[in-house]
Amino acid sequence: MTVAATATKPAPTPTPNRPRRTRNRGFGGGGRDAWLLVLPALIPVLLFSVYPLAQGILLGFTDAKAGLNQVVTFNGVDNYSKLLTNDLFWNSFRIGLIWAFGVTILQFFAALGLALLLNLNLKLRWLARTLALVPWAMPPVIIAIMWRLMLNPTYGPINGTLRALGLPGDTNWLGDFSTALPAVIVVGIWAGMPQTTITLLAGLQNVSADLHEAASIDGANALQRFWHITLPALRPVIVAITTLDLIWNFNSFALVYVLTAGGPGGQTMLPMLFAYNEAFRYGNFGYAAAMGNVMVIIIAAFLFFYLRSQARSRLS
Amino acid sequence: MTQAIAPAPETRFPEPTDGQKPKGTPSAKRTRAVTRPLQYIALALYIVFLGFPLLFLLITAFKTPQELQSPDPQFLPQQFNFDNFVAAIDKANLIHAAGNSLFVAVLTTVIVTAISLPAAYALARFRTKLRGVATGWILLSQVFPFILIIIPLFLVLKQIGLVNNLFGLVLVYTVWSLPFALWMLQGYVAGVPVELEEAGSMDGASRFRVLRSIVLPLLAPGLVATSLFTFISSWNEFFFALVLIQDPNLQTLPLTLARFVGAEGQVQLGQLAAASLLATIPSLVFFALIQRRLTSGLMSGAVKG
Repeated sequence: MTVAATATKPAPTPTPNRPRRTRNRGFGGGGRDAWLLVLPALIPVLLFSVYPLAQGILLGFTDAKAGLNQVVTFNGVDNYSKLLTNDLFWNSFRIGLIWAFGVTILQFFAALGLALLLNLNLKLRWLARTLALVPWAMPPVIIAIMWRLMLNPTYGPINGTLRALGLPGDTNWLGDFSTALPAVIVVGIWAGMPQTTITLLAGLQNVSADLHEAASIDGANALQRFWHITLPALRPVIVAITTLDLIWNFNSFALVYVLTAGGPGGQTMLPMLFAYNEAFRYGNFGYAAAMGNVMVIIIAAFLFFYLRSQARSRLS
Repeated sequence: MTQAIAPAPETRFPEPTDGQKPKGTPSAKRTRAVTRPLQYIALALYIVFLGFPLLFLLITAFKTPQELQSPDPQFLPQQFNFDNFVAAIDKANLIHAAGNSLFVAVLTTVIVTAISLPAAYALARFRTKLRGVATGWILLSQVFPFILIIIPLFLVLKQIGLVNNLFGLVLVYTVWSLPFALWMLQGYVAGVPVELEEAGSMDGASRFRVLRSIVLPLLAPGLVATSLFTFISSWNEFFFALVLIQDPNLQTLPLTLARFVGAEGQVQLGQLAAASLLATIPSLVFFALIQRRLTSGLMSGAVKG
């Protein structure tokens, strides 16, 4: 995967004062030592990560089911032709895409705004910075519990505020067909703020102050400087973090599982939840793995087009 | 990042067109007078959005069932009572679950640190093909949905009797947090100048001695950050635990809390909040400790990668 590789690669090249690296500058003869050192990490990864993954992909072409002594046979593309007509799955897929893109895009703008503010010399900056980090330390399960309190129809402060303002304050945010998905997306944005904000902030702090100064001497206003200096400089960071966010969000599970468990009526049934139910509630391992394969292919296709368009516009 | 900045100097040309702006500080000061309050308003909104849910969780944990059920809920609790905390610990079997979580997280952290340290050193110092492969795997492992991994993993672990077993969970967490730990650590190793090692060996120190007396002390802060991050990830993890642990006696904290949610009524909200707060404390404390290192470590890992 070249995701972050392409995005971060430009960074090391322009540091000329770093000592020139010859091959294997550490100790000894290189290759064999490196392997020895890596081996303890490599073995568990191969056994319990690479192997299951390969098996999982294969499983998507079988009729594997839960339970002992099941005979597993390859059934080719049967799972996929069955999936094609499975409206529930595609509906869940659509919800998953709305969720992933909704959270990623809105969170990007929210985090960019916050990072820009944190990059200024404002009072109370420390408070915002600390608060922006807290969600990172919280288990997703607890974030979900907290927001269930916030969104509680009778006790929750959101409805309480609405009532105080004389607005209808009895919406069951997580239980209503039309509000469940937007509400869950807001929680997703909250939960993912730290990574995005910190990454963007670090990127901002690498933007050359000289350029800013030069531009402002030449009369560029703040907006122009942002558009012509900050944004181009930030671009690799933006591409990297939005890519990662998109993947993380598309694959996220715990938050929504605890918030709504996919309800009401499947309105927040993310693909991961759907596949989880298929595998561990109904025991259709092969079919669930097939869903996983479809998810990988589609998310990889999105990433491919996104990264290619980014690479192209950087070249031009 | 120079190539990204390169086009910027051309932005000079459009500038003269907006003539109403006299050069120099007065205009800058004037715009600042307008924008500063706006910036503070924006910052305040962020603080409310990020902080209010936390505050509300804290407040709820201190409210009595009567207050929680009241048709006209007050924002602040009448008094600070710790009944909810006591009840939560009692009812949800919180201590036991915390013990399980602690066991899994500590063991995972120890193993991950032990095996990722040499590997990170190799990745950072030896420029072999391994490096590309490892980086590729680290990134690739992010793309695949867990569902693809968990089903075969479940089957494998079942065969070797590690389903419904905390050691099985440790194994999964180890493999699962390894890529990220490696990524972070190799960034820290790259930050230790090779020249120091060369100087050490030139002075006659053995290879082991160099690693122990020169590299390790310099690496210590990064090592602490990496291991605490691993701890937090394991402490917080939910999905694998949900699949692999069914025995109520072996449940980790997130599992126990999630189960608690299902059974919640209005009355139990206070206990739920109290339990949530208690479960967050360890990772919050650890996070406060490594916060700065973590962000710098991530960036150095990313930049020097």
